[in-house]
Amino acid sequence: MTAPRYLFPHRHLLGIQPLSPQDITAILDQASGFEEVCERPEIKIVPALRKRLVVNLFFENSTRTRNSFEIAEKRLSAEIINFDADSSSLSKGETLIDTAMNLQAMHPDLIVMRHSAPGAHALLARHMRASIVNAGDGAHEHPTQALLDAYTLRKRFGQLEGLRIAIVGDIRNSRVVRSNLWLLTKMGAHVTLVGPPTLIPEGIQHSWPNVTISNDLEAILPSQDAVMTLRCQFERGTGAFIPSQGEYARFFQLNAARMKLCKPDVAVLHPGPINRGVEITSEVADGPNSLILSQVTNGVPVRMAVLFLLCNPHGEQVP
Amino acid sequence: MPDTPAPCLLDARQVEIHLQRLCREIVAAFGNNESLALLGIRTRGLYLAERLAVMLQDILQKEILLGALDITLYRDDLSELAGSPIVRPTEIPFTLKDRTVVLVDDVIFTGRTIRAAMDALLDHGRPDRIWLAVLADRGGRQLPIQPDFMGLKLDVPLDRRVSVKVTEIDGIDGVFLEGRG
Repeated sequence: MTAPRYLFPHRHLLGIQPLSPQDITAILDQASGFEEVCERPEIKIVPALRKRLVVNLFFENSTRTRNSFEIAEKRLSAEIINFDADSSSLSKGETLIDTAMNLQAMHPDLIVMRHSAPGAHALLARHMRASIVNAGDGAHEHPTQALLDAYTLRKRFGQLEGLRIAIVGDIRNSRVVRSNLWLLTKMGAHVTLVGPPTLIPEGIQHSWPNVTISNDLEAILPSQDAVMTLRCQFERGTGAFIPSQGEYARFFQLNAARMKLCKPDVAVLHPGPINRGVEITSEVADGPNSLILSQVTNGVPVRMAVLFLLCNPHGEQVP
Repeated sequence: MPDTPAPCLLDARQVEIHLQRLCREIVAAFGNNESLALLGIRTRGLYLAERLAVMLQDILQKEILLGALDITLYRDDLSELAGSPIVRPTEIPFTLKDRTVVLVDDVIFTGRTIRAAMDALLDHGRPDRIWLAVLADRGGRQLPIQPDFMGLKLDVPLDRRVSVKVTEIDGIDGVFLEGRG
């Protein structure tokens, strides 16, 4: 008969770290099926999560990620509750666990959460029967962003293995980088982290020994297949680590002159939001090498794939 | 799985003969119909639809429209699957409006796949009429759905499985009876 069927072995998506290369490939393959749904000329909604209840629990600001999840949920026909952290009991002193237990008492199938505390999702997962999807936890992980980056890169280059990718900017505060480091190294890509020494945490190579560190953007650009620029997260205190935005831009901005150093078909990515004129110029962000809006487009089918896999038979061997 | 090979209901040559017959029946029904299109249900229904399209082109000397339908997202038994369901793209490279669509699948059993296929199809447009062609009807229907064109008619106990294999993915053409050793 046929080969044993693959079973997605996770009940939650807490991060990329617990996923195997096979799990990552399964999500990306699944996403291409959902991309077709998203590009249909007329009806872009399928009944796959009909009668499932999804709670979007956002304790930190988010526009792109929250909208993307909500569109993904609606395209799967899920029932949606948006939990507004500002008006919630948390502002009245309720703990996260109590909030979660109250939600649990209403039997949701899936909880999509963003929280400022690293590991908040893992804590919740121990107390909940619902599946938890991490939509960002502090500077820890943002797994669906890394998955949509990978989907975008795989679509452009055919595969991730062997690709050379530079991630440039505020490495210190970026959860996107951590999820991308797990994902890209698991899939056999070569990652170079670029930025001023103050924005690259010491000891990052203990966790990812195969990663290259550079403080010289212009030196590494010619060898890269893709360049991912990151926003300086001033709201997380990045301003204390760089002399000024102008000084940062002088050395690490991706601009037209630096694009001339790159391979002609280099892919430019950015997880957003962009600070135009700081980490990247408008000319490059809106230029022919930019995949920034493709990343946004691809976010929906990738999140549909994650929600669909978690709402259907999966194993529970690993969190 | 048992070591003894599953009994063969149709070998490769007989599969070909049955497909030829299906093809002639489709020609007899809508040979001159300009709006005809075939839509194969992934996975094996699509390979059978591809072969029918080639046969129809030979007979009718005109191009036959062919599409692929994935029904995973429309199934009513997703929560009962043994493995994670795998979604593949639906590809319908023509408009469905006013079209005569022949759905093609390998085996019809409960009829639930075809129910899902019709829901999926109708999300892509409003054809004039939907017909159903299957290589094998094994009985056991749970919904009021019957094929219009059928190769092999069987009455198989519910604990047996009728399995169609195609060279493209299984390395062999044939229809086999599996289960219960």
